Amino acid sequence: MTTRFLALVIAFAALVTVPYWMPGIYYVNVSSQILFYAIFALGLNVLVGYAGLVSLGHAGLFGVTAYATGYMLQLGFGHPMAILIALVVSLISMAIFAALSLRSSGIGFIMITLALGEILWGLAYRWISLTGGDNGLSLKTRPELFGYSLSDVNTFYYATLTIFLLSVSAMIVFVRSPLGAALMGTRDQPRRMNALGYHVWAIRFCACLFSGLLTSVSAILFVYYTQFISPQTLALTASAEVLLMVISGGAGTLLGPIVGAGLVVAVKTVVSGFIERWNFLLGAIFVAIVILMPEGLVPGTARLWRRAWRKRAVTGGAEAKP
Amino acid sequence: MNFWLVLAVNSITFGGLLFLLSAGFSLIFGLMRIPNLTHGSLFMLGAYVGVTFVIGIHGFQLNFWLAAILATLSVAALGALAERLLLRRMPGDQLAQVLVTLGLSFMAADLCLMVWGGDPISVPTPPELEGFARFGVLVFPAYRLAIIVIAILFAVALWLLLDRTRLGAMIRAGVDDPDMARVVGIRVSQLFTIVFALGAGLAAFAGIIGGPILSVYPGLDQDMLPLALVVVILGGTGSLLGSFVGSIIVGFIYNFGQALLPELAYFVLFLPMLLVLLLRPQGLFGRHVP
Repeated sequence: MTTRFLALVIAFAALVTVPYWMPGIYYVNVSSQILFYAIFALGLNVLVGYAGLVSLGHAGLFGVTAYATGYMLQLGFGHPMAILIALVVSLISMAIFAALSLRSSGIGFIMITLALGEILWGLAYRWISLTGGDNGLSLKTRPELFGYSLSDVNTFYYATLTIFLLSVSAMIVFVRSPLGAALMGTRDQPRRMNALGYHVWAIRFCACLFSGLLTSVSAILFVYYTQFISPQTLALTASAEVLLMVISGGAGTLLGPIVGAGLVVAVKTVVSGFIERWNFLLGAIFVAIVILMPEGLVPGTARLWRRAWRKRAVTGGAEAKP
Repeated sequence: MNFWLVLAVNSITFGGLLFLLSAGFSLIFGLMRIPNLTHGSLFMLGAYVGVTFVIGIHGFQLNFWLAAILATLSVAALGALAERLLLRRMPGDQLAQVLVTLGLSFMAADLCLMVWGGDPISVPTPPELEGFARFGVLVFPAYRLAIIVIAILFAVALWLLLDRTRLGAMIRAGVDDPDMARVVGIRVSQLFTIVFALGAGLAAFAGIIGGPILSVYPGLDQDMLPLALVVVILGGTGSLLGSFVGSIIVGFIYNFGQALLPELAYFVLFLPMLLVLLLRPQGLFGRHVP
């Protein structure tokens, strides 16, 4: 317990002081990226890890929020209004998305979310009068918060960090709440939960909405970070990248998606500096992780660590005996 | 008047290509219970391999149909290999299998980009089918009519294969109840490889014969995969008739959508899918909800 507390304090301190120990602005920006992708991964993890529903269309929702924010700003709304409208629009889309895809679960859910995500991608790509097609939409400014302009790299980092910590807290509360427990029940034993009187569909629907909320929050951070959106944001590769973050870190754990987001963003940033073949590598990592470490890095390392520790304890005990 | 007729012929042509693509997708889904997300890549790969032989490498040039057959066979072998070496490693774990096919599709897309570059490659129409077929005052491109004929021939052949042969009976048994099929002595896991190769081959064949119409370009896989998905959601999984009817419907909606509402062509596809999901989640001809 104390080691865990200590680790948390150290992690928190490291996160807060990032602008001071990172070697440059570039790395602070990468850290911001990791944090908002981590929020995205946390959101997807609500479905993949805790509800047992794998969505391959989350980049579509992410894109809806990003485009909505950009479009509202282009129409001349202020930042708070644009963000508010974007959140409402994306929650409505998530509700439609969920109402359609929750008609099935398992593989059917994957297929329907994939189709919906691709349709949203197609819309972004082809509906040129609204989205600008391949040229995308640009945002001119970042908002100001309490007199601090988010155009400053460090300020943006701290804003992202605050929202990230809030999202993690929301996740903790959600997982420990009765709703979270019921959701995990529907993941493991949907029929039994139904027999016990739980409304499985409604519980999953709520999970979808919560997942959608986290997704759109990260999308708003993303769109202010890049100040640009193109259909590429909604592509299947984007959905797969987030899914890779969740699965590689460890689905159904709190820490997993965060570690996964750090890993994927870091590999992507480092690798794309050297080679162009990021998509190939993404696919290869995907296949490797699914085959070699299907439970993800965090539970996987925890398992290895525990095994090593036990072995040491056992041999230690043997040595102690004469 | 002629405009609508031409559009209708184009829709049926596209529907025929979609049928070749989605029949395999639907069979794989029916038997292995996974959406094969490499299906778009297999389509693209077939087109790329085929066009390489048609245009010729190092002076080695083939007739269009020979190239098509060669592309079909090589991609089918690749499909069988992927099933044997990768998917076989996680029997029964459908989620893992889907994710592996997803990873493979990215690798395939990037490899194609590396080998064939980013520029679209146009596939020459086979010379014997260039020109037009005349029916009184009506004029149609001969190649498009040929695709329709080919698609119908394949539909009949597939139907005969599934409905009249021993192998077909085994596949149908595997689709309906894999456990029971195993109990009566059918080697279902061997069927997996056969059906995967068959589906891969069909997709590749669709890719190369669709080449003269669609041309080959990076991202072709991402354009075709959702269409196959929509066809299968519409028609129902594991049903040949379902993918046939679904393909024709999607072919019409997609082409008419593109002609009338070019910006929303993709979105219009969404409507029939929505209706089917709401009213008949198992698809028009499907027997069980996926």
